[in-house]
Amino acid sequence: MTARTPLWPILTDPLLRQNPVTLQILGICSALAVTTSLATAITMCVSLTVVVTLAAGLISTIRRHIPDSIRLIVQIVIIASLVIVIDQVLQAYFAEISRTLSIFVALITTNCLVLGRTESFARHNAPLPAMTDAFGNGLGYSLILVIIGGLRELFGQGQLLGRQVLPLAEEGGWFTPLSLMLLAPSAFFMLGGLVWAIRSIRPEQAEVPEHMPPRAEPAE
Amino acid sequence: MSELWPLFLRATFVENMPLSFFLGLCTFLALSRRPETAMGLGLAMILVLGVTVPLNKIVYDAVLAAGAWGWAGLPEIDLSYLSLIAFIGVIAATVQLIEMLTDRYLPAVHAAFGVFLPLLTVQCAILAGSLFMVERQYSLAESAVFGLGAGTGFAIAVVMLSAVRSRLAYADLPAGLRGLGITFIFTGLLSLGFASFALMAAE
Repeated sequence: MTARTPLWPILTDPLLRQNPVTLQILGICSALAVTTSLATAITMCVSLTVVVTLAAGLISTIRRHIPDSIRLIVQIVIIASLVIVIDQVLQAYFAEISRTLSIFVALITTNCLVLGRTESFARHNAPLPAMTDAFGNGLGYSLILVIIGGLRELFGQGQLLGRQVLPLAEEGGWFTPLSLMLLAPSAFFMLGGLVWAIRSIRPEQAEVPEHMPPRAEPAE
Repeated sequence: MSELWPLFLRATFVENMPLSFFLGLCTFLALSRRPETAMGLGLAMILVLGVTVPLNKIVYDAVLAAGAWGWAGLPEIDLSYLSLIAFIGVIAATVQLIEMLTDRYLPAVHAAFGVFLPLLTVQCAILAGSLFMVERQYSLAESAVFGLGAGTGFAIAVVMLSAVRSRLAYADLPAGLRGLGITFIFTGLLSLGFASFALMAAE
């Protein structure tokens, strides 16, 4: 039991308190590109979580045998091999989604989140905590992606997972799709708002101002 | 020649890597605090993309593409699923080579690149350049122009963002919005501006 207690915070910390996307600025590249609909966002989340968990497990298992000078290359090769497997699986069984994701599955290889976790955590820890940490970070990433993907699909097309939720104005309903939601800028706005929301709930995450305004002289 | 210039403009503005495709955002956001660092990063991006995309094109055609081994009597071999590992290898080697060469012959340039050059090995935009090149089946000249254009687009965007961010340091913002939050929102505005290039291209 004593060995199991420290795993829980490792798993839950990355969800809000140490969220990889909103606090550590890791893995944003792919996070925004695939969130035009919920289905692609979920596929991406699952692929990334699988890759990061397996990569952390593998790297932490062989961590004592990797020479320090070539560790980056070893890590990238392991990650790239896992990504190729995922990519082939997606192409074989989910051809439709694989086409919408185009090169973004392949780009998991260079996703800073994966490399960041293997480099900073898996390299120094036993396989079980390493995989827990990676899984938690995968979940934290997924949380953000699902929120953004869901909102964008809901307001951009009035759909969730391809099912019409809000009745469209053209078909007698009241909802007019906001086409801006499907374009790139809205993802940035939404992520900015999300960061703001999380940091308002947890004020300790707010960044220290670089510049303090000169204190106003008390009026005489 | 007449087709290369539009391709360059297209890669620079319409298909801007960070603002339209969200590629390379990690470095884009992390290193855009000061205009000086952003310049270094932008230059390194132009150089690395300009070199690796045509290089990967050569590697892809010679080794990986379907039927590339036809001359050896193995026409049915298709190694394109290995392109990820091959591209990463080429990029890592190129980055290392550029670093060693500039360190030896152009120390001033090397100092300007700073720590960014090694970081670019794992930059999504660089790998994406090569992957797009395969997906869109560019010729060798086209891929070189595409690489240079994509790098230029990244450099322009990152320098613009850093100029604004160095000003934003003096703004009185709500605590939660400070830093990352406002940067995202501002990047969104920039991206909105670049989206209008796409409209212009469509006309």
